[in-house]
Amino acid sequence: MAREAKPLSAIQSRFPAFHPADAPTGAPAGRAGASFKPQHFDAIAENPASVGFVEVHAENYMGAGGPPHAALTAIRNMLPVSLHGVCMSIGGLDPLDPEHLQRFAGLVERYEPFKVSEHLAWSTHDDVFFNDLLPLPYTDETLARVCEHIDQVQEAIGRPMFLENPSTYVLFSESEWRETDFLREIVKRTGCGLLLDINNVFVSATNHGFSATEYLADFPLAHVGEIHLAGHDEQEDDEGAPLLIDSHDRPVADPVWSLYETVIAACGPVDTLIEWDADIPDWPILQSEAAAAERILDRHRTLKPEVKRHALHS
Amino acid sequence: MRSTPETTRQDPAQPYDDAFGAVLLNPDRATPQGVSGPHGKAVIKRFNVYRNNVTHSLVTALSEIFPAVAMILGEENFRMIAREFLRVHPPRSRLVFEYGHGFGDFLAGFEPIRHLRYLPDVARLERAWLDAFHAADRTPLAPADLAALPPEALATARFTPHPAMHLMRSDYAVHTIFTAHRTGPMPDRIDAGIAEAALVTRPALDVQVRELDRGQFAFLKALANGAALQQAAGAALEADPGFDLSAAIALMLESGAFETCQAGNDSQNKDESP
Repeated sequence: MAREAKPLSAIQSRFPAFHPADAPTGAPAGRAGASFKPQHFDAIAENPASVGFVEVHAENYMGAGGPPHAALTAIRNMLPVSLHGVCMSIGGLDPLDPEHLQRFAGLVERYEPFKVSEHLAWSTHDDVFFNDLLPLPYTDETLARVCEHIDQVQEAIGRPMFLENPSTYVLFSESEWRETDFLREIVKRTGCGLLLDINNVFVSATNHGFSATEYLADFPLAHVGEIHLAGHDEQEDDEGAPLLIDSHDRPVADPVWSLYETVIAACGPVDTLIEWDADIPDWPILQSEAAAAERILDRHRTLKPEVKRHALHS
Repeated sequence: MRSTPETTRQDPAQPYDDAFGAVLLNPDRATPQGVSGPHGKAVIKRFNVYRNNVTHSLVTALSEIFPAVAMILGEENFRMIAREFLRVHPPRSRLVFEYGHGFGDFLAGFEPIRHLRYLPDVARLERAWLDAFHAADRTPLAPADLAALPPEALATARFTPHPAMHLMRSDYAVHTIFTAHRTGPMPDRIDAGIAEAALVTRPALDVQVRELDRGQFAFLKALANGAALQQAAGAALEADPGFDLSAAIALMLESGAFETCQAGNDSQNKDESP
């Protein structure tokens, strides 16, 4: 099933496959961070050490100037910053927007984030921007397109990026690949790393009736350079069964914490972000979620990651 | 956004982005073929999550870009009108903060709120506020820059607008209404029918919105259009015989409306002469 879109060696020489052990020294090793929201600026500035890093949505900093850049510049002087793109539309069939790619690369250049990530999803088609992370079928055709787009992003930013697994609500009849195999093949072809969103895994598993634990056991954990945790909403599908919505508007759910602990126990500390993007609470609440992740990371910090990697497979 | 008739059956081989794009913003259109729930489960509510996400996120974005308009209309009315706008004018930029440049014009043509004649200009002023918020960082023209000009060059000096500067004139009390609904305080009564002009600037990090009198507006507008200082003062006097030039220059400097000035010369002056 796997086809090589490009000579693998050529791509690998440009973008060596990401392995956390390759992470530059000085970067936080398996720390917990939080989404950065401007209203939390003063609280963070008062005690930057209360969190290991912050992550920002790249698009919020694509204006020419003004308060967003002033805040991010100041935050960047206090803490490592992770740059998370939400609008690249890597999973779309349309070509990437060169202007957007250039803006994105400009932010990487300007703020030197310690991590750069984007989504296995699409958001723009025929020039219309839908402002959502929309799903794609997993076929040979979409695989080739996604890899082409990741190559372009990595070329533009001059380093590997991390690709995030999606939360989804529908399935495509034309899909030929399992999501974990699809991601594994993307990593193999492009040398990108993976951003494992465990809430997304739980949401998709519940919505599509598969086991989150089995999905994680099959996930290419060796290539995970960052983890996301977030809260979700619960609605009902047409049959009255739970339909989880990836809402980022509340604390992380207990089953997601359990899955997280399983993953960290298996592969050692990995930089972990608490995402909170709607109904944003005061900083102490968001910070306490990050502290909860930090405690789990601390519990597994003593063990050597290289020994533990792949343990979920055994 | 697409002109496919409602009754057209979807091509099963239609690419997923075409299929989604054709129906995401239209709740009356059927769910795309080729998507399903697991184990043969229905897909209607599942697909509607995407429709809700798209509409909710963009309507919310508009309510955050136009808080005064939203307050005037009330939450429910605003969201209904924003949904109409979104269907006709979906965003063409991936930068949400660029959305809604056509919202003022849309409101002006939206029949059910024709009686709120001031509302389009309030929307335009709110849009200008956000443009100023994200505008490039530039140090505004300082009094010393003006003082450095030789006295004989002052009359023919020309000015480059600061990137955050925006001027608007309205037949309605746009500045009073904007201020009352954004920063307050809310006066007991607003006479919306009084014509007002406003100047938006961002000399440092804070966006500032000032009311201008007729002469000040004519003066700054002429300068922004490239007129020399003397000509701009002439235009201002025409608009308002009581125009106070030194007060207007003080306002120009204090507001940070311009970035640079260039000493004029006689030939330029001749070109501009009527």
